Amino acid sequence: MTQLPLRALLASALGRSAATLSRMTGRGDGSVIGGRVGLMLEPDLLRQLARDRRLALVSATNGKTTTTRLITSALLELGEVATNAFGANMPAGHVSALSLHKDAPYGVLEVDEKYLPEVLDTTGAGVVCLMNLSRDQMDRAAEIWLLAQKWRRALSGKPTHVIANCDDPLVTWGASTAAKVTWVAGGQRWKEDSWCCPECGGPLDRKDADWACRECTFHRPEPQWVLDDDAVIDPRGQRWVLDIQLPGLANRSNAAMALAVGEAFGLSVERALPRLREVTSVAGRYTTVERDGRYARLLLAKNPAGWLEAFDVSDPQQPIILSVNAQGPDGRDTSWLWDVDYRILRGRPVFVTGERRLDLALRLDVAEVPFALCATFTEALAMQPPGRVDVIANYTAFQQIRSEFGRAV
Amino acid sequence: MPSDSALRIVWIYPDLLSTYGDQGNVLVLEQRAQRRGIETETVYVRSADPVPETGDIYLIGGGEDRPQILAAARLRKDGGLHRAIARGAAMLAVCAGYQIMGSTFGGEEGQPVDGIGLLDIASSRGPSRAVGELVAEVDAELGLPTLTGFENHMGVTRLGPGVKALSRTSVGVGNGDGFEGCYAGHVVGTYLHGPALARNPALADLLLSWRAGDLAPLDDTRYEQLRRERLAAVRAN
Repeated sequence: MTQLPLRALLASALGRSAATLSRMTGRGDGSVIGGRVGLMLEPDLLRQLARDRRLALVSATNGKTTTTRLITSALLELGEVATNAFGANMPAGHVSALSLHKDAPYGVLEVDEKYLPEVLDTTGAGVVCLMNLSRDQMDRAAEIWLLAQKWRRALSGKPTHVIANCDDPLVTWGASTAAKVTWVAGGQRWKEDSWCCPECGGPLDRKDADWACRECTFHRPEPQWVLDDDAVIDPRGQRWVLDIQLPGLANRSNAAMALAVGEAFGLSVERALPRLREVTSVAGRYTTVERDGRYARLLLAKNPAGWLEAFDVSDPQQPIILSVNAQGPDGRDTSWLWDVDYRILRGRPVFVTGERRLDLALRLDVAEVPFALCATFTEALAMQPPGRVDVIANYTAFQQIRSEFGRAV
Repeated sequence: MPSDSALRIVWIYPDLLSTYGDQGNVLVLEQRAQRRGIETETVYVRSADPVPETGDIYLIGGGEDRPQILAAARLRKDGGLHRAIARGAAMLAVCAGYQIMGSTFGGEEGQPVDGIGLLDIASSRGPSRAVGELVAEVDAELGLPTLTGFENHMGVTRLGPGVKALSRTSVGVGNGDGFEGCYAGHVVGTYLHGPALARNPALADLLLSWRAGDLAPLDDTRYEQLRRERLAAVRAN
C-alpha cells in the first residue's frame, strides 16, 4: 500500500533482516534492533512508513499493550493491521511494526507516554487513544503533570481525533486541546494523583464519577461512551454487555476505549465486540502456567495503579505469590511499594519473592500481612499445594517468570 | 475514638506532595508507636483544609514543581504549621517538602520561589538530577546509625547558621555540598524521599521520642535485613 522511496525500502528491508537475525539468535523478538537499523539508514523512515495509512496511537500509564491488542483485534475486521504487539513502544518499535506489515492499510501503535508528541508529529496519526496517567517508575519517568502538558501542546492545532477517558482529570486536561475529542467514561480506580485541578491547582470536588474544580471552570466533560459495570453504553444509548475474556474492571475499561476507537474508524460495535471477545492473553498477561500440578496465573503490575487492578482481578480464595524487582525497566526506586495498600491480602496465604523481596517483606510487615519469604519463584511455586495460585509481578520479575516457562506463554 | 492522649501524626497535603511513597513514613511511625502500646491518631490534611496546630509529628513529602509552589503558598497563608512548630511539634520534611521549609527554592524554570521560613536554608535548582541510593553518616549529636535511602531531585540546598547538617554524605548528592539534610530543634529535613523512615527506623524513633519520651526496643529484624542488603548493594557498586 505504502509507496516507499528506494532508500526507505532498503532501510525497511535491512531492519527486518536484523530483526530476523536477532530472533534466530535468541536475543529477543527483534523489534527494537530492527527498527534501529532502519532508522539509522533512513532517519525519516517512520514518517514514510506511516504515510497513506490510517493510524491509531495508544498511550497511558497502564493498559497500553492490552488496549493496543484489543483495538488491533477489532480493526482486523476492516483489513490488515500493523501493530507493535510486544510492547516495543518507542519509534524503533514503530518502524519495526510498520515495516513488517508494509502493505497494511491500518496501524495501531502503542506509544510510550513521553514519546507521544514526537510520534504524533512524525506519523500524523489520525486517531489517538488516551486512557490514564498515574505515578510510575519515578526515577526515570517524567512527572505526569508535565507529561499531560506536553500532550496538550502536541495535540493543539492538529486535526487528530482523540478518544480519551474523561474519568481521569489529568488525561482530560491533556486531551482537551485537541480539535475533536470523543469522551469515554472509562472509570478511574486509582485517584491519588488527581485530587488537584490540573488547570489551576485548586481542589477537585468529586461526586461518584463526576468531578469539577472548586476554584476554576475545569470540569468533567459529558461522556459519549460510558462503561457501566459489565456493559458499555454507546453514544446512541444502546447498552452492550461486554462479556470479554480478559478479566477485571481495567480490561472492561480498555475494551470500552477500543470500541470507541473502532467507531472512529467506522467500525460498528456489532462487528468490533466479537473480535474483542477473542482476546484471551496479551504478551503473557493473564496466562496460566503449570508445573507439577500447580497452575499459576500471571498478572503484571508495574506501579500502584497497576497493583490495584491486579488485586481486582486476583481471586481472593487463592494463595498469591508476589515478585518485585528494581532493575532499570522497573525503576530502581522501590518507594512506590508504600503507595500500594496491601491490607487487602490479609487472610490469604502470601508468598514473597523477587530481587527486592526484602523491601516488599518490610512493607507487608508494616501492613500486618503475614507472608512466607522465598528465594526464587520456583521455590514459591513448589511451596503451593497442587491447584491454582495467582502471581503478581512487576516488569522484569514478570519477564523472568515468562522466560523460565518459555516465552510462548 | 482515639483518646486525648493519642499521639497525633499530621500528614500535610498528601493531595499535592506524596508522589514518592511518602505515605510510608506515616505508616512506619504509626506501626512503631502502636507496637509499643502508644495510641496514634493520623490526620490527613488536604491542601484546601487548615493545618491543625495541636499535632505531635508533622510530615510533608515530595512532589512535582508546580504542586510544590502551591503547597508553599498555602502553608504560608495558613500559618498552622508555623504555630505547631512554635509549640514544640516535631516534623520530618522530605525532598520538595524539605525545600519549602527554607527561605527560597527553585521553581519550574529555576526561578526563585519563596519558601515558608521554618528552617534556615535556601535551595535552588542544580545543574543535573541526583537520582540513586544515598548513604550518609548522621551528626554524632543525634546518635543515629548510618542513613540509607533513595534520592531523586534537582535541588541544591545551602544551610544557614540556624541549622545543623543532618549527616555527611558518603554515597549520593544530598544538599550538594557533601552533606545531606539538616535539623534544628525538632524539625528534620532530608532529600531521602518516600519511605525514608522504613530504611531508617532509628530516625522514626527519634521523632517519636521527641514527643513520647523513652521508647521500648522493638524486634527490628525486617528493618535490619533491608538495611543490610541495601548498604551492601550500594557498597558493592
